[in-house]
Amino acid sequence: MDYEDIGLMAGIEIHQQLDTKEKLFCRCPTKLRDVSEKNGEFKRYLRATESEMGEIDRAAKEEMKKQDRIYTYYEYDTTCLVENDEEPPAPMNPEAVELALTMAKMMDMSPVGQVHVMRKLVIDGSNTSGFQRTSLVALNGRIPCIPGGAGIESICLEEEAAQRVEGDLFSLDRLGIPLAEITTAPDMKTPEQVKEVAAYIGMLLRSTGRVKRGIGTIRQDVNISIRGGARVEIKGVQDLNLIDEVVRREILRQQNLLFIRDELIKREASVSDEIFDVTELFKDTGSAILKKAKSILAVRLLGFNGLVGKEIQPGRRLGSEMSDYAKKCGVGGLFHTDELPAYGVSEEEVIKLRGFTNANPGDCVILVADTKKRAQCAIGQILMRAEMAFSGVPEETRKMLEEGSTSYMRPLPGAARMYPETDVLPVDITDEYWEELRIPELITEKEKRFAEEMGLDPALAKNIAYSVRRPLFEIAVSKGVKPNLAARTLYSTLRELKRDGVDTVSLSDADILEIMLAVEAEKAAKEAVPDLLRAVSKGDSVASAIEKIAPSVSEEELSEVVSAVINERIDFVKEQGMRALGPLMGVVMKEMRGRVDGKVISEALKNELKKVL
Amino acid sequence: METGERVLCKYAGTQLKGTYITERNGKAVIKLDSGYNIGVLHSTLEVIPKEKPAAPSPKKIEQNEKLPKLSIISTGGTIASKIDYRTGAVTSQFEADDILRAIPGLKDIAHFNAHVPATILSENMTPAIWKTLARTIFDEINSGTEGIIVTHGTDTMAYSAAAVSFMVQTPVPIIFAGSQRSADRPSSDNVMNGMCSAAAALSDLGEVAVVMHATTNDDYCAVHRGTRVRKMHTSRRDAFKSMNIKPLGIVDYPSLDVKLEDSVVRRGENKAALFDNLEENVGLLYFYPGMKPEVISAFSGYKGLVIAGTGLGHTSSACIGAVRDLTKAGTVVVMTSQCLNGRVCDRVYDTGRDLLDAGIIEGEDMLPEVAFVKLMWVLGQEKDTEKVKALMKTDLRGETGRCTPHGL
Repeated sequence: MDYEDIGLMAGIEIHQQLDTKEKLFCRCPTKLRDVSEKNGEFKRYLRATESEMGEIDRAAKEEMKKQDRIYTYYEYDTTCLVENDEEPPAPMNPEAVELALTMAKMMDMSPVGQVHVMRKLVIDGSNTSGFQRTSLVALNGRIPCIPGGAGIESICLEEEAAQRVEGDLFSLDRLGIPLAEITTAPDMKTPEQVKEVAAYIGMLLRSTGRVKRGIGTIRQDVNISIRGGARVEIKGVQDLNLIDEVVRREILRQQNLLFIRDELIKREASVSDEIFDVTELFKDTGSAILKKAKSILAVRLLGFNGLVGKEIQPGRRLGSEMSDYAKKCGVGGLFHTDELPAYGVSEEEVIKLRGFTNANPGDCVILVADTKKRAQCAIGQILMRAEMAFSGVPEETRKMLEEGSTSYMRPLPGAARMYPETDVLPVDITDEYWEELRIPELITEKEKRFAEEMGLDPALAKNIAYSVRRPLFEIAVSKGVKPNLAARTLYSTLRELKRDGVDTVSLSDADILEIMLAVEAEKAAKEAVPDLLRAVSKGDSVASAIEKIAPSVSEEELSEVVSAVINERIDFVKEQGMRALGPLMGVVMKEMRGRVDGKVISEALKNELKKVL
Repeated sequence: METGERVLCKYAGTQLKGTYITERNGKAVIKLDSGYNIGVLHSTLEVIPKEKPAAPSPKKIEQNEKLPKLSIISTGGTIASKIDYRTGAVTSQFEADDILRAIPGLKDIAHFNAHVPATILSENMTPAIWKTLARTIFDEINSGTEGIIVTHGTDTMAYSAAAVSFMVQTPVPIIFAGSQRSADRPSSDNVMNGMCSAAAALSDLGEVAVVMHATTNDDYCAVHRGTRVRKMHTSRRDAFKSMNIKPLGIVDYPSLDVKLEDSVVRRGENKAALFDNLEENVGLLYFYPGMKPEVISAFSGYKGLVIAGTGLGHTSSACIGAVRDLTKAGTVVVMTSQCLNGRVCDRVYDTGRDLLDAGIIEGEDMLPEVAFVKLMWVLGQEKDTEKVKALMKTDLRGETGRCTPHGL
């Protein structure tokens, strides 16, 4: 596809959790918990409030359609009254501000003179307060990873939302973890460039060594538009490998919606706002959903026949879009005549429905079944979305589904969702402060240095540069551990142990470092490292593990073992001469079980063999 | 530059459009069109002359005249607060109508008549405003309202509820309501507190009460007697607790069912009457270890002093002389307890007996703040010191009981 031709413009927003000691607006640890560890819960309602300019944000208004929603929150011994929205926030965590500004400096941005914390209205329950605290900390930077580079519009420091456990149930452990939100300019012209930029920024953030790692700790939102289409924001792309596919599918969706628009205009289609109560028609239906519904309402989309059922991206139709809008009223979904008869609705019922609503063959009839109140609300939403089809692509916030298609979440929020956070004082960023911020070395530079200056194998250099234990690698090397030993231990050995089911995550940096230093001090052989790590992961101290697995071996003890091995095989030795060294190495190594370094054994064997021969 | 003016910010190699808000610490605060506020140097800004933002038009509140009549009397506070761009902090500048806008459900319950005798943060409350408030309430009762809701900041709500309890004898419920989380946030407790207050104001209650969250959940409000309630937490929604008695009842949410205890004063039991005289030369003193007698002597010339003493109601022996000097000079001194829970008894230890001998009155199971307000009021009604002392020990508005209930 010629992306220039279709006028593709894409940008991304990256949300990265910061690995600070405390949360952004309280002094709780940034620790994720298991829901089984909760020690309390409470229930709250949320509702949309006006901005200080007196408007209600359109995205919030839409959330309010779901009435009487009460949210439940789990609390922990690592959360406090701030997460509970029962205490004003603490001042912004200076560690997080410093880290966000460091990231800004790495992307050649300019800090704002004074950071003001805002409340971004979010009433889907994921924030106990009904808003997410966010602040714009720096503007206008650039990164070099694609031809011409990509502009970075802004970096915001925000608080992470609560984790949805299920439905309207949320867990408060995640709420308030600092989050850096990096927004690029719409400078990406192909799906591949979107992926490259996302990967580059991810690398850049990890270079600080102070960001959270693991699933869900970094999330990408993608902003896409094509010529004639509209800006659409796709939220929550967690898998970098899917990001280009998401872009491709959104292009396809926008193109199909434009096709539908043109077709509707050509057909002189229209939306009829006449609502039919068809509950009676379906009183003996074979459809379980329709049969149990208190109220079934129908509307006609004149001239829409065949278009509501048209696929606009894999697994998605115009009907799915209308259904998403309807679901905001709490209904389960809708039926449309493009897909009927099906789902227990008979052909005869479809004919009766068309007759009752005076629908022409060219029309599409839409059905919603629920309580009367909900069904009426849903019909309103469906009519609204049907009207939008005449202008092509609505501006929307969408969420990614598996495989890369998307569903509608809410309208793109506007400036009205921002309200000043009155409980937090602004933070001045002085020139001196900014000047003194040190830029960390990029992972890509580290990779090069590890290979070129430390002599690591290029693949290993790359692996250790991107590894979670990379900071430990650098500390170990600075303390005298040989780069190769450190890299192999921290990357290869840990990975192998993990594959064998060892709980490597529980191994502390301090313990691993102590083991590597013991090897360097010849207190343990490097061959014993896996067994030592295994023992420590099960709760042994490093000292006792070394004592058990690799007690230091005296020279006499070693030479006794070596002599014994040679004497037992004296005929073989006489026959092979120095060539016996290889086979005997294995035997002695096995005997010493990693207590002595291979090199030392080899020396001892050589000496002993020379004596015998 | 003026608040609301459209500006162009040339900064960091970009040109950003926004609205000028205010100045903070030498920087210009602008609201960017993205909605974010940032602080920048004034020199980066240029006014865009032609662009004027449209001022939001205040929406009109349609009321249903067929519904029962309630009065909302607003004194300000978090239930009706909004950002002040002068300081950037929350302040009270709303009118009572704004409460109907903030809590849309209210207009389906009743037809409201609104008064705004003050718009203050409650820490700025004064006895003079109590008088205005009491008169406004009294006038509303006389005009035939079914009940009254007083919106009030939470800091001094308990003091004001006590003051109104004494100043207004009422046939209808007078409900004090507020919120602990400001009204401009989606999670504010103002909606539930406001709705439950309206339900309480239409109920069978015939006294002054505070209606606020009973728990951290949005599940029900407690109805607290105005002379028995205290703010016991700086920030939680359920900060208000009844002290030394059980709450008068609860209002369930969202059903708004009101359940009242049998012991409450019922609607219509009392006739409307106003007693709005207060003696303002009354003090309230929190005793502490090592307090110098001069601190107590500083109240000489005052008509009354309430001491929040330790335990059963004590000061140090060193202070007793100063207390004696006060009472001799005609100051009425009432002893209450920092324990808040329980009853004062100055007959157990020597110090207590010496204090009695020095002329103090035991404040029984009254809260220090309630005793303070009551003393202002009693001194405003009665000049005879002996009668004042007797009244201080008499239950007038449910502020003290003959027995201290168990199980609380």
